[in-house]
Amino acid sequence: MTSIAMQRRRATASRVWAQFRGSRQGMIGLAVLLVFVAMALAAPLLADVRELNPVFARAQGNPQWAPPSVFPPLGTDYIRRSVWAQFVWGSRVSLFVGLAATVLTILIGSVVGIVSGFVGGKVDAIFMRVTEWFLVIPFLPLAIVLASVLGRNVWNIIFVIGITSWPSTARLVRAQVLTVKQRLFVDRARSLGAGGGHIVAHHILPNVSGLILANATLAVPISILTETTLSFLGLGDPSAASWGKTLEEAFVNGAMARNAWWYFLPAGLGILAVVLAFTLIGRTLEEIANPRLSRSR
Amino acid sequence: MSDALLSIRDLSITYHSQGRAVPAVRGVSLDIEKGGSLGLAGESGCGKSTLANSILRLLPAGTEVTGQITLDGKEVLGLSPGGLRAVRWTAGAIVFQGALHALNPVQTVGDQIAEPMSLHRTVANDDAAKDRVVELLRRVGLPAARAESYPHELSGGQRQRVLIAMALACDPHLLIADEPTTALDLMVQAQVLALLDDLKEERNLTLLFITHDLSVLTYACERLAVMYAGRIVEEGPAWEVFENGSHPYTRALAAAFPTIGDVGSRMAPSGLGGDPPTPGDLPGGCPFHPRCPLAHDACLPAEPELRISGEARSAACVLV
Amino acid sequence: MLVFNFFLFRVVQTDPIGSLFRGRNVPQSTIDNLRVAFGLDQPIGTQFLYYLRETAQLNFGLSYQSRQPVWDEIVRAIPATLALVGISSILSAVIGTFGGIVAAWRRNTWKDHSITSSTMVFYSMPDFWLGMILLVLFAVVLGWFPVGGITTAGSNETGLARLIDQAYHMFLPALTLTLAYLGEYTLVTRSSLLDVMGEDYLTVARAKGLRDVRVRNRHAVPNALLPVVTLTAINFGFVLSGAIAVEAVYSWPGLGKATADAIRGPDLPMLQALFLLFSAAVIVFNLIADITYSWLDPRVEEI
Repeated sequence: MTSIAMQRRRATASRVWAQFRGSRQGMIGLAVLLVFVAMALAAPLLADVRELNPVFARAQGNPQWAPPSVFPPLGTDYIRRSVWAQFVWGSRVSLFVGLAATVLTILIGSVVGIVSGFVGGKVDAIFMRVTEWFLVIPFLPLAIVLASVLGRNVWNIIFVIGITSWPSTARLVRAQVLTVKQRLFVDRARSLGAGGGHIVAHHILPNVSGLILANATLAVPISILTETTLSFLGLGDPSAASWGKTLEEAFVNGAMARNAWWYFLPAGLGILAVVLAFTLIGRTLEEIANPRLSRSR
Repeated sequence: MSDALLSIRDLSITYHSQGRAVPAVRGVSLDIEKGGSLGLAGESGCGKSTLANSILRLLPAGTEVTGQITLDGKEVLGLSPGGLRAVRWTAGAIVFQGALHALNPVQTVGDQIAEPMSLHRTVANDDAAKDRVVELLRRVGLPAARAESYPHELSGGQRQRVLIAMALACDPHLLIADEPTTALDLMVQAQVLALLDDLKEERNLTLLFITHDLSVLTYACERLAVMYAGRIVEEGPAWEVFENGSHPYTRALAAAFPTIGDVGSRMAPSGLGGDPPTPGDLPGGCPFHPRCPLAHDACLPAEPELRISGEARSAACVLV
Repeated sequence: MLVFNFFLFRVVQTDPIGSLFRGRNVPQSTIDNLRVAFGLDQPIGTQFLYYLRETAQLNFGLSYQSRQPVWDEIVRAIPATLALVGISSILSAVIGTFGGIVAAWRRNTWKDHSITSSTMVFYSMPDFWLGMILLVLFAVVLGWFPVGGITTAGSNETGLARLIDQAYHMFLPALTLTLAYLGEYTLVTRSSLLDVMGEDYLTVARAKGLRDVRVRNRHAVPNALLPVVTLTAINFGFVLSGAIAVEAVYSWPGLGKATADAIRGPDLPMLQALFLLFSAAVIVFNLIADITYSWLDPRVEEI
């Protein structure tokens, strides 16, 4: 990439950041998200990973079903494990699955959208039929079916979420690519003898990347919530306990009848906070990428 | 001016957007006597539509309006909400631009024409309202069956006729026509102008006609007022102003539209370079000086006031 | 659709019969007999033809878990889910739309801010977690509502008393689904109405002398609700999906709980039939949305 293009890109980034900083909801979302990302990264410093092992917990002499007043900070569960440790380490899995699944979603959606919009013709028709078909199929039942067929493993969950949630991204990106394609400069680039790859990389991608970013940020909440639901329904990875998995275990082992609120509140609040943070950031980015929306705010 | 139906005194309108004050109209005064007609000309952004909407107080909430608007003997800016609603569409009605979304897409045009009638109780019942809708549609040259149509089923010219019929629904005294011929093709434009002309005679309407097309205004109105950057810069009898403008801006506008629907004139350079100033950021002195072919040092110190430039004429230019 | 459904379930590496008896001491001959009974010994092509014929006759085979015909079990579960999802869909659409109208009409006031932010909070929660909290709060701690099921255990009331008992049991799950799904209606209605509020025909309506309330109800809202109609149908699929986990939380004996139970099996014939049913329901509701839309919006040609 030429230095002019790089400069232009840096200028765009700083303009977006300036606008983003002006948005209260965006900054709140970013702050909340940073707290959780820091927690996920610093998990080993915050809680001993061995606390997740019931054998270790037993040997430590942890009580069973202890409320936070007895076993700070967040009490223990039915097999004496620290809920705090589960919360801290669960944030890693939930965030990782949410982000990785979103990357996959956006990757599939963008590739389908760009190819479909750019190539057009028969390819477009076929791609869009497939996309429509995926859109009509109820997405959670499909994810459930795929997950039960593939088995309980983090990578399968990521794959399942990615494969079920790309269609709306594909449609959005395709529409944007078509608009960009109409614009004069693409024709000009083509007439100068530029190849398809060059046009996509230098003209289409820079123009749709803002939209893709906003869309990606709004796709993370869906990924995280889907992972949570799948885990809750017993499709989570037993060896990588996410927040959803914690909720499942709490539910299955009767935390509710015991009113063991310390067991199921933290994980749910964590999901709520992260999902809300991504939603706030995504809406702000969307307003920046599509100024027509901000008028109505 | 006791026989004025509409009298505006020192009207200023300021929009507030994102903490910035944007003056759209700056100290405008004008009068239209009963049965008279005034054409208000100017480029888009000069404040003419803002002025039109302020007469029935249709500006967005939070807009600052000062001055006086007297319509049909009523002080519009001082009216209570109920009093204001009573004045709307009966004392003054607006013919909106048909090309825009002035018609509700999910209601039949008949319902939309009849709506103000039942509201202001100008008809006894629904049947009477239906009869009157048919009568109005016929009057503007549309078949009665059009009452059952939805806006998207009509052509641009038909939509404009519906909007005229709608404005007549409650026999208003003042008719404000805001760009009623813009975006219509030439023949239809001429037909709509003729229709408005007929209606004005027939019903003794008072007309405030707004468009950027000086030739249309000169055809339709007795007097002309030219607006630039929120102020009236020239006013006088229509033909005289059109033919022999005192303000360089008037002359430029007149040169841009030599005759109604002259295709050639639309393509040819108007002789007026540059863009109109943004309302929030006016140049000092005469706001027209950056575009004026005759600008000189005297234009810079202060904004010129309107002064007499002939019989029943005035203009705001240092050269007058 | 059918082809996809068939192959989706045949790529399973797990041996359903094997998993059914995993860890149990069952003679190989029994397993072989069962395999023949379920038709799993046939080549894949034969299995597919067989599957097509059976699906057309609503014969989805026997449930691996209960050994009952899958379709019978599903039919038994349909009314409970239909009642729960139907009521929740209607309530969330009505309340959510109303909230969106208020928020847009009073935009940037405290009303708008509180409506928008509270719906966003509900929107961001896992629906079943909201269900768990409501359950603990209102059923376990306060004891106002039953903890689950559809009727009080051991009671054999009939008629109206039974209906009231069922409604009483439905309150919490319906509240959960309603709260979880009204946020989307609020946000969509709000932005749609804000778009419409810039339209010229509203200025025209005000110029005619209409009261603000009437401008809103007669001109703004009918136009703003058009996208909401589409959302209602699309959302029906989501509420149906959301019902899977929520029904599990409240032991509500509907399709959702059947799905959750089938996952644990895994009871593949059951999952397969449920998936087909969910897809069919969503397609039907999309069709209903299209028809309603063309009926409401004169600009759309009749289909």
